[in-house]
Amino acid sequence: MVSPFPHFSRALFFPQISQNLAIIYNLLHVITVTTYGFICSVPCLLCVAASYGLTDEQKEFQKVAFDFAANEMAPHMAEWDQKEIFPVETMRKAAELGFGGIYVQPDVGGSGLSRLDTSIIFEALSTGCVSTTAYISIHNMCAWMIDTFGNTEQREKFCPDLCTMEKFASYCLTEPGSGSDAASLLTTAQRKGDHYILNGSKAFISGGGDTDVYVVMCRTGGKGAKGISCLVVEKGTPGLSFGKKEKKVGWNSQPTRAVIFEDCAVPVTNRLGEEGQGFNIAMKGLNGGRINIASCSLGAAHASVELARDHLLVRKQFGETLSNNQFLQFKLAEMATRLVASRLMVREAATALQEGRRDAVSLCSMAKLFATDECFNICNQALQMHGGYGYLKDYAVQQFVRDIRVHQILEGTNEVMRMIISRNLLTES
Amino acid sequence: MSGRVLVGVKRVIDYAVKIRVKPDNSGVVTDGVKHSMNPFCEIAVEEAVKLKEKKLIKEVVAVSCGPQQAQETIRTALAMGADRGIHVQVTGKDYETLGPLQVSKILAALAKKEDAQLIILGKQAIDDDCNQTGQMTAALLDWPQGTFASEVSMEGDKLKVVREIDGGLEMIKINTPAVVSADLRLNTPRYATLPNIMKAKKKKIANVNPADLGVDLTSRVEILRVDEPPQRQAGVKVETVDDLVGKLKDTGRI
Repeated sequence: MVSPFPHFSRALFFPQISQNLAIIYNLLHVITVTTYGFICSVPCLLCVAASYGLTDEQKEFQKVAFDFAANEMAPHMAEWDQKEIFPVETMRKAAELGFGGIYVQPDVGGSGLSRLDTSIIFEALSTGCVSTTAYISIHNMCAWMIDTFGNTEQREKFCPDLCTMEKFASYCLTEPGSGSDAASLLTTAQRKGDHYILNGSKAFISGGGDTDVYVVMCRTGGKGAKGISCLVVEKGTPGLSFGKKEKKVGWNSQPTRAVIFEDCAVPVTNRLGEEGQGFNIAMKGLNGGRINIASCSLGAAHASVELARDHLLVRKQFGETLSNNQFLQFKLAEMATRLVASRLMVREAATALQEGRRDAVSLCSMAKLFATDECFNICNQALQMHGGYGYLKDYAVQQFVRDIRVHQILEGTNEVMRMIISRNLLTES
Repeated sequence: MSGRVLVGVKRVIDYAVKIRVKPDNSGVVTDGVKHSMNPFCEIAVEEAVKLKEKKLIKEVVAVSCGPQQAQETIRTALAMGADRGIHVQVTGKDYETLGPLQVSKILAALAKKEDAQLIILGKQAIDDDCNQTGQMTAALLDWPQGTFASEVSMEGDKLKVVREIDGGLEMIKINTPAVVSADLRLNTPRYATLPNIMKAKKKKIANVNPADLGVDLTSRVEILRVDEPPQRQAGVKVETVDDLVGKLKDTGRI
């Protein structure tokens, strides 16, 4: 399996990593401050290993993603969070490997893989940095929307640069006045000749201000979902401006800003699909987006279970290691069980979406609801198991907790997920 | 000159795994343990692919000896850019006792069969740390060897190799065909890209039996016992240099 840069060779250059290797090879139990960011590139815990049931090819994809996460992301995860750095170069390196448009078609530069392949990849990348992986998944969602609903000119104009991450994308649906009630959005797009004039503002836009391509849902028609269209707005268009960078609890390696339109003229040729099709396009994008976000939660939970396990084996109280404490053993078992259950749901949803199954939308909502809730609890439990150390920013587990907390809120709150599922149950004939 | 490079890739226990000795001290636990390509072999593959990209050689053939799982390691080499693979099937007891001598016999036979111009290997495997296969292969073929290579360049039909030695760096010029063994600083192996992983599926891996190559796999080495390294004992703090010298004399160190 590919290991891009012999890790143990880095031990010669980076003392903190050789410290970890000394632990591994000398089989000593050393009570040390776990080096933040050295997440094992090969999660070795048997029952929660993420590679069971995958094809050989999927295992290869996963290994590349794990290696990239361990080498290129994990060592910087803390710094990116603390300094709020948008890691453009690292993401472009990821794009070189094909991670810029994983489920975009190859003729415009995408990798043409399945939703399940994508879920596996994001789950693995997330072990290196949840926030950055989550942004990459949003970028992928936008690239897919243009790829799927764009005409030839739009696909050829936007997709290649998005797939290489020469350009970055943002998804603009939420507004100050419309979050869960997305169809009530107020940003208008008035047709004037061969342009739409946009007025309004979007809130909480991931990447906003730093990205180049904005996929914007706006009102071209009457009230409700049927009056909404999808426009691609490029940075630098007169009338497009941004709010201040928000200060967040997590997801700090991606900037979040309001996106403001003031008489912003966008060519009609930038409209994806037909007028009135925008809401549909947005929701279809979100089905995949929900699987991706849930996959990011899986990666964080897996990393946290490993960190908790390692801590239990090392930390001693009352004369023995914490791993001898039955409560903690049982707690760890529950965490592992819920992780595997979440993973199965997410992967099944990915398969259903790929196959266009009738239950795909519900399953995506169920998987997002279940996995994001369970995985947050897992990460939170892992933090608790670390005791006081878990609360220190020197330890990675708190960043996993902070970063995945928002997964229960965005891409459709978990309450909205319940709305979708109950509607499916109660209106079926 | 065929322009063909043979690269040996070995499937070893992943570097990050906590090694455990079997209860009967006959070896280490390998069942259910994560394996991957030997890191020095990755460097070897990377160097071969680089030479091909510079158009100095025409074809990279990845070779691995072992059971069915060795094919995974070959696939990784293919995903990195090797053109085709050869899986030399060695299983069971033969695989347990497979060592540098047998592997070098196999590689020598394959080099002749494939009319290879160059063999690039990792300098050693991280499981046995033998550092013998490259040297033995060269000897069996009566080819020059450039071991511990930190830089390789082709000048016509000669090879310039910069070797990492105890005293520093040594530069040698050797004729081809030759054997090179890759050291740490030779290059930084590339990640396989998603498209290359998919392309690798279509590349061919040939299956070969050691018997067909006329190689005798009998081992001349018998492993008697495998133990964990001794636990580190606590040290002793001394106050003065005289105390230190005294203690060193006591323990017979000086």
